[in-house]
Amino acid sequence: MKINKFVIGGMLILGAVVFLIWSATASTSEYFLTIDELNAKGSSIVDKNLRISGAVIGDTIQYDAETLTLTFEVAHVSGDNAQLETEGGLAEALHQAVLDPSRSRLKVVYVGPMPDLLRHEAQAIVTGHVDAEGIFHADELLLKCPTKYEEAVPEQAG
Amino acid sequence: MIADFGFGVLVVSFLVTLYSVFAAIYGEVKKSAAMVESARRAMLLTWPLLTLTAGTLIYLLVNNHYEVQFVYEVTSRSMPTYLKVTAWWGGQAGSLLFWSWLMSAFASLVTLRNWDRDREFLPWVIVVACVTMAFFIGMNVFFENPFAQLYQTFDGINPFTFQPADSILFTPQDGRGLNPLLRHPGMVIHPPMLYLGFVSFVIPYAFAMAALITGRTDDRWIRITRRWTLWAWLFLTFGLVLGGRWAYDVLGWGGYWGWDPVEIAAFMPWLTGTAFLHSVMIQEKRGMMKHWNMLLIILTYDLVIFGTFLTRSGVLSSVHAFAQSAIGPLFFGFIGITLITSVALIIYRWAALKSETEMTSMLSREALFLLNNLLFMSILVVCFWGVIYPLISELFTGEKVTVGPPFYERATGPLWAALLFLMGIAPLSAWGHSTVKTLGRALWKPAVGAIAITIAIYIYFTNNIYALIGFFLVALVLLVTIYEYWRGAYARQRSQGENIFVAFWNLTGRNRRRYGGYIIHLSIMLMAIGILGIELFQKETQGTVTAGDSIDIAGYTVTYREVASWDDTPKGVNYTRAVVDVYQNGIYLGELHPRKDFYFDSQQNMTIPGNRSTMKDDLYVLLVDWQPISADGATLKIYVNPLVNWLWMGSLLFMIGIVIAAWPDKDPEHVTVRADRQLKQTSAAD
Repeated sequence: MKINKFVIGGMLILGAVVFLIWSATASTSEYFLTIDELNAKGSSIVDKNLRISGAVIGDTIQYDAETLTLTFEVAHVSGDNAQLETEGGLAEALHQAVLDPSRSRLKVVYVGPMPDLLRHEAQAIVTGHVDAEGIFHADELLLKCPTKYEEAVPEQAG
Repeated sequence: MIADFGFGVLVVSFLVTLYSVFAAIYGEVKKSAAMVESARRAMLLTWPLLTLTAGTLIYLLVNNHYEVQFVYEVTSRSMPTYLKVTAWWGGQAGSLLFWSWLMSAFASLVTLRNWDRDREFLPWVIVVACVTMAFFIGMNVFFENPFAQLYQTFDGINPFTFQPADSILFTPQDGRGLNPLLRHPGMVIHPPMLYLGFVSFVIPYAFAMAALITGRTDDRWIRITRRWTLWAWLFLTFGLVLGGRWAYDVLGWGGYWGWDPVEIAAFMPWLTGTAFLHSVMIQEKRGMMKHWNMLLIILTYDLVIFGTFLTRSGVLSSVHAFAQSAIGPLFFGFIGITLITSVALIIYRWAALKSETEMTSMLSREALFLLNNLLFMSILVVCFWGVIYPLISELFTGEKVTVGPPFYERATGPLWAALLFLMGIAPLSAWGHSTVKTLGRALWKPAVGAIAITIAIYIYFTNNIYALIGFFLVALVLLVTIYEYWRGAYARQRSQGENIFVAFWNLTGRNRRRYGGYIIHLSIMLMAIGILGIELFQKETQGTVTAGDSIDIAGYTVTYREVASWDDTPKGVNYTRAVVDVYQNGIYLGELHPRKDFYFDSQQNMTIPGNRSTMKDDLYVLLVDWQPISADGATLKIYVNPLVNWLWMGSLLFMIGIVIAAWPDKDPEHVTVRADRQLKQTSAAD
């Protein structure tokens, strides 16, 4: 008889936790997409929470220090690991992505201090939403630490 | 040559650990004490061998041997010597070796203790420790060799363990160097602290497995490993706090915890470890929760392996990640096998783990500890869910969905609040039996005090409902804990005639676990104050200013004076430093020097804030941009983080609390008489 108290209590807690997880997931989850996938979704994805990854194109980086507005473009990089391996690894894939003019690009706008890790061929993971014109407004900018995926071997001299 | 020697010693270490495993099993099965002793000696041998291996690697790191791939990746000529040494754990291969080295040290420490009462545990502790070691050393030997050298072949330059045909050794002029973001004292000790925590948890796990295998499923294994668990928890906590402090000091986003999967990976074993620390007390005092404790330590062990893997392989960062290298599947294989084996052992010994008493009162201390465990496990489930959700959603819906900090904050917030409340009432409950009346009687005074404090906060400071709930709970726990502590000291003062301070000291010394625990709870309250302050009341602003201009924020006035830039060529850095004056209500408080450092070798910027810290708040100024001619101005981003230093002060007190709780007792250990467990009601002061 007394055991039931604990079982009921436990189930209540379990229920509460399940509810917490479910409601938090539903309200805060974001699609995690590559640029090609984003374009494929078209207008249905406007104003939804999104996370996009891409390769930063160095020459497009513009920063207005007055308004702290940063704009830059990212090129599509595949999200599939097997695909990345055939391209020669993540570093090589990022390199190819910025060189290839046929890759889809996405313009990103971010207001805040210029991140230290933002540079040519860096992998950027931006969180925010895309507007009706297809420009991505980033609330959060995550830049991968380059030493984690750069070439493990040095360039040959000469 | 030297690198080959290092690799050779590494291979010998691997073989020695394998020998130790088989010798221990053979010795135990065939009842050969000589073989078990041989296994023990082999295990003792691993530490000198691994020290030699590590020493070789450090020699290579410090002496610019860039033909060794690992040295090339993590050092460069411009790095000072101490950073070259710590680069040992600056990359995957080196940190795996560091893990193994720590494991061998702890395993050796354990075997050096007095084993007279626990001879039957020894072989199995050796087996578990050496299997774990063999796994990590094996990773190094077969997949991530820290001694691999660069050879030039027709295909280009690649790392190899053994020189390929038709190749020559390639020695780069300089190494890539450690990312400057990692060249910070906090970042230097953070990985070792985390690894110390991780590796220490293997020891209680080893004893748990030994207990299951030998059938000695009483709480002997818990008593032996109690200090190990505390020290493991200390190091893990310290490692996590250091990581947060580093992020706050150097990453320049004004925060200390980002709910990044890598952070969570190190946090999850902390959650189960904390739950374990509490629930073992139930087993010791009431003979209950034996299955649960076994499960918890197994979970902690596997989460430790999982955490090591995640924090080092960058596996969860890309869009569709999981296993990015060969290491991934191997880690999962190891976790899977150990999990299945361990759970099978629990099932095998299910009957022997039966509880000695029943839980009858929902407000008894054991019931509240059980609730504590459930809450910690719930937070763990939330974290784990957040981490694997992207994979699950991809598997089941084809869409890649992820969650970020808002998810974790929303889902765990109420759970943390519940834990806070529990911390307030648990010290007042009694083992065996408590009712609403007895608890209420003990609780009402602190509760009234907490309500009074909350009302004062409401009147003078804020009407933010989350803050009010948070501060109410913090005040409640503070008052209850201080009250309990004071009551004990007062009773002692009256009975022993000591003055109150001596009473406090002796009280703590006589019952270190309990009062160490109270100090830890107090410190968590201080940390909670800091967290509530910065999370709920952080202010930020940014602007571009010319010399003499000011930015106002939260009562402070920050006046920009000048910026200067200069090179430090030996260190390979360019410093750009701004000078700002800080005023509050017209009173001059001092200067701050926010900086941007540019490292030439890695072409990497580092933003160092100018920070003015008081217990009331932090004024945190970042130099975002500047014009080369100093008169033209700079762009500053400024945060005011209220109460944040309570977080850091609290974590210091936390460490002290753990040390007190873990400090060996003066008196010899008392053996509990089993009959005691059937005692009826015990008093509230146990």
